[in-house]
Amino acid sequence: MSEYHDPSNVINPEHADHHIITPVTYGIVFVTLLVFTGITVGAAYVDLGIFNPVVALAIASFKAVVVILFFMHVKYQSKLIKLTVASGFFTFLVLITMTMSDYISRAWGLW
Amino acid sequence: MDNAIVATHPHTHETAVAAEHEHVVLPQHRHHFETKEQQREAATFGMWLFLLTEIMFFGGLFFAYLLYRNWYHDAFVVSSNQLSIPLGAANTAILITSGFFMALGVWAAEVQKKGLLVLFLVLTTFFGVAFLGIKAVEYHEKWEKHHIPGAHFDVSQFINPQAYGLKEKPLAPDMAQKTQVFFFLYFAMTGMHAFHMILGIGLLFWLTWRANRGEFSSGYVAPIENFGLYWHFVDIVWLFLFPLLYLINRHPGY
Repeated sequence: MSEYHDPSNVINPEHADHHIITPVTYGIVFVTLLVFTGITVGAAYVDLGIFNPVVALAIASFKAVVVILFFMHVKYQSKLIKLTVASGFFTFLVLITMTMSDYISRAWGLW
Repeated sequence: MDNAIVATHPHTHETAVAAEHEHVVLPQHRHHFETKEQQREAATFGMWLFLLTEIMFFGGLFFAYLLYRNWYHDAFVVSSNQLSIPLGAANTAILITSGFFMALGVWAAEVQKKGLLVLFLVLTTFFGVAFLGIKAVEYHEKWEKHHIPGAHFDVSQFINPQAYGLKEKPLAPDMAQKTQVFFFLYFAMTGMHAFHMILGIGLLFWLTWRANRGEFSSGYVAPIENFGLYWHFVDIVWLFLFPLLYLINRHPGY
C-alpha cells in the first residue's frame, strides 16, 4: 500500500462522484429513440436521391450518440472514459477513411 | 471531512482508513483500489476497452458492406428490397424497449431496489427473446425463398422479376449472382448481432439469478452497469444494421 492516500479524490477530482440518471431522463431518451425510428422508416420511402443513405446514417448516428450519452452514462463519466469512447470511434473512422482512400485511388483495370 | 486539510497533509494509511469510514466498505471493494470510485472507474474503463474491440470487429463487417455495396450496387438494391421493413422496424422498436428496461435496471440497482431490478432484468430478457423470435421468422422466410447463399440459392427472380410479381429492375445473370454477396453479409452481420444477443440473454439469466439473491442491492452495481454497457452496445449495432440492410435502397412506390 502506498504511503499516499486520497480517499475523497481531492487531488484527482476526475474520479467524479457516481451520478444516478433518473427514470424520467431514460423515458425521454426512450421516446426520442422511438420517434427517430419512425422518422428513419418514413424517410426511406421518400426519394431523396443520393441523400437517402446520408439521412438514414445521420439519424442512426444521432440515435447512437443519444444511447451512448444517456443509456451508457458517458455524459456523466470522467474524462478518461469520455476519451476512451471517443478514441475508439475516431480510430475506426481513420481505418475506414484510409482504406477507402486507397481503394478509390487505385488504377482499376489499368495495370 | 475537510478536504483542504487532507489535500495538503497526506496521511498514513491508518488515518486514511479512519477518515474513510464515511464510505461504505463493501466486500466487493478490492484492496488494490484506493477508493470504490476508483474501482468503479477502472471497471467502466475496462468494459469500454472491450467494447472498442467490438467496434473494430463489427466495423470490419460494416466496411465489407460499404465496399461491396459500391461494387455490386444494383444487386444490393434488389436484394435489400426483399427484406421486410415492418418486421425490421418492429424489431428496432423491440430492441430499443429492451435497452430502455436495461437502463432502468441499472437505475434500480443504483437506488438499491431489488424487486424492481429483478423485474427490469426479466423485461430486458423478454424483449431480447422477442427480437430473436422475429429474427427467426425472417430467417425462415429467407430459407423458403431460397435466399440463403450457397448451392440452393435461387437467382431466377432477380433475372426475371416480372415473372415473380416483383417491381424491380431485371439484373444481368452475373450481377444477379452477386445478390448472394448481399445475403451473405445480411446473414453474417445479423447473425453475429444475434449471437451477441444470445450470449447477452444467457448473461441476463445469470444476473437475474444473482440479483434475486440480493447481490446487487448493497451499492455494488458494477456487474449490472457493465452488462448494461454491453447490451446497449449491441443495440447500437442494430441501429446501424437496420437502415443499412433494410432501408437505404428503397425507392418510393416500391
